[in-house]
Amino acid sequence: MSSTQSPPAPAAMHLVDYTNPEAVKQVPTRNGFGEGLIEAGRRDPAVIAICADLAESTRMEPFKNAFPDRYIEIGVAEQMLVAMAAGLAAAGKIPFIASYAMFNPGRSWEQVRTTMALNQTNVKIAGAHAGVSVGPDGATHQAIEDIAIMRVIPKMTVVVPCDAVQTKKATLAVAAAWGPTYLRFGRAESAVVTTDETPFELGVAQTLRAGTDVAIVACGILVYDALLAAEELAKDGIAARVVNNHTIRPMDEAAIVAAARDCGAVVTVEEHQVHGGMGSRVAEILAARHPVPIEFIGVHDRFGQSGSPHELIAEYAMDASSIAAAARRAVQRKAALRGSLL
Amino acid sequence: MDSLTPKRLVELQTHANDVRQGIVRSLLAAGSGHSAGSLDMADVFTALYFHVLRHDPANPEWPERDRLLLSCGHIAPVRYSAMAYAGYFPVEELLTLRRFGTRLQGHPERVSLPGLETTSGPLGEGLAQGTGMALAAKMDGKDGRVYVVTSDAEHQCGLHFEAMMTAPKFKLDNLTCIVDRNFIQIDGSTEDVMPLEPLADKYRAFNWDVHECDGNDISAFIETEARARRIAGKPHVIIAHTVPGKGVSFMEGDYLWHGKPPKADEAAAALRELTAGREALTAHV
Repeated sequence: MSSTQSPPAPAAMHLVDYTNPEAVKQVPTRNGFGEGLIEAGRRDPAVIAICADLAESTRMEPFKNAFPDRYIEIGVAEQMLVAMAAGLAAAGKIPFIASYAMFNPGRSWEQVRTTMALNQTNVKIAGAHAGVSVGPDGATHQAIEDIAIMRVIPKMTVVVPCDAVQTKKATLAVAAAWGPTYLRFGRAESAVVTTDETPFELGVAQTLRAGTDVAIVACGILVYDALLAAEELAKDGIAARVVNNHTIRPMDEAAIVAAARDCGAVVTVEEHQVHGGMGSRVAEILAARHPVPIEFIGVHDRFGQSGSPHELIAEYAMDASSIAAAARRAVQRKAALRGSLL
Repeated sequence: MDSLTPKRLVELQTHANDVRQGIVRSLLAAGSGHSAGSLDMADVFTALYFHVLRHDPANPEWPERDRLLLSCGHIAPVRYSAMAYAGYFPVEELLTLRRFGTRLQGHPERVSLPGLETTSGPLGEGLAQGTGMALAAKMDGKDGRVYVVTSDAEHQCGLHFEAMMTAPKFKLDNLTCIVDRNFIQIDGSTEDVMPLEPLADKYRAFNWDVHECDGNDISAFIETEARARRIAGKPHVIIAHTVPGKGVSFMEGDYLWHGKPPKADEAAAALRELTAGREALTAHV
């Protein structure tokens, strides 16, 4: 992939009319995982599911019912979940292991590194209930560090799809592609902006909206908020490009550099700590290849707390208006920078 | 097949002596590494590689093979030495232990050396992975067996207990856990650092098929393993009682040899002792 390659035109993305609330369905991304897993099981008999006492909430239950001989329940044992899966994978299986992201991979990081990644086994971690949007359970159950701890492990694929439809496609894609993988999804009802026709390819970021004033690079359920922010910015005459950066590793560097080059300012958006996550990777790429002002949307050095998903997204300044405000700051910094260079 | 002829036993004891010499030579060349546990498990590894395991050194990925996992990766020297003498790679390669560019990493890495079933070093992870491999064999109707060698001290790890609880659920009678019960760990006696006894009762309480034997008696280990594999419906554990540093008199029973290699003069003394022992064995035949 060369850095001069243009991203696909947004028109080819077949999005729903996200500006019309009536047209936007609300479905948890975990549902897409459940649908994708059962389809992956139909396509490949090597696909198995291992669960740590959360079959219903991780959406593994339909797989359990469809393929009881390929479903393994091990109870509340997240280190076991990873290490046992590594053994099954070493014997030729393609295990999907599911629990809450806080525990899988949160509790099992060293097992992930040694038995799964260093060992080069084909295990797929499914981290459910990620982000603050899991809501009332509070800080202990809100994984907002998981992208950081997974993306530092060599050769680990990290995928954060934007909605339920894309989560299904991502699940199928990671089942078909060899390699240790972390797939992250959430519990809250969230906007479905892509359709069955929307293309999806691991490692290829998607330009969902054209623009050259500022690039909003987002992942996960906040991609919808990024699109709404772009609408808000358009009313001020700011044309924001929106990039769905669903694969955090390996990241689509060409799309990131093209966005920075074309727009001159970037906002990163993720339901995660700003330290070490998707935005940090974007900053690493741009610092090396095309430095521009960057604003970071995410949780800033705090833990989560109880609340509704909506309340929490607002409290941690990850909603559309916060994204739009960050974009305006980025545009101002770009202008100031250009002024200082004149 | 369960009991050995006297000739076969001497043959295996001679192999064990070779394996111990390989351990001493490789540790001396490396200048670091774990002596006591490596030496005390030489008899078990010899029994496994030269008698028990169904394997093919010329075809390490043979799908019908039995799998041997070393959970306590720090005693890698005994595994490497047994593999070399069994024909997986040249014995001279043992002298590359822990050197830059070697296939014999300080702790074993699956991707580095054909014939290793997994990467190990961080303790407590082997039985969990072996449980997965044994379950996969059951799912696929394969009759290959899975053996996991563990240290005693790694029974202090929570993940090992997760595996102890999981394997009986799936009735994995194709899985055998072998415990090197030498009672030492880096900081001293296991019973001082964090008591493990009654260890056999812990396995019984988790519904394992439990056996104990002298882990430095090759024929006792082989007979115990043969007895265990006839028990259906449960995973097996063999608690192998060993003497740390076994075979080198000045190391035997001393926990301070857990994590250090012999110096040149110590290695020379150890090799003299082992050579004499080997000559005494072959004189018997």
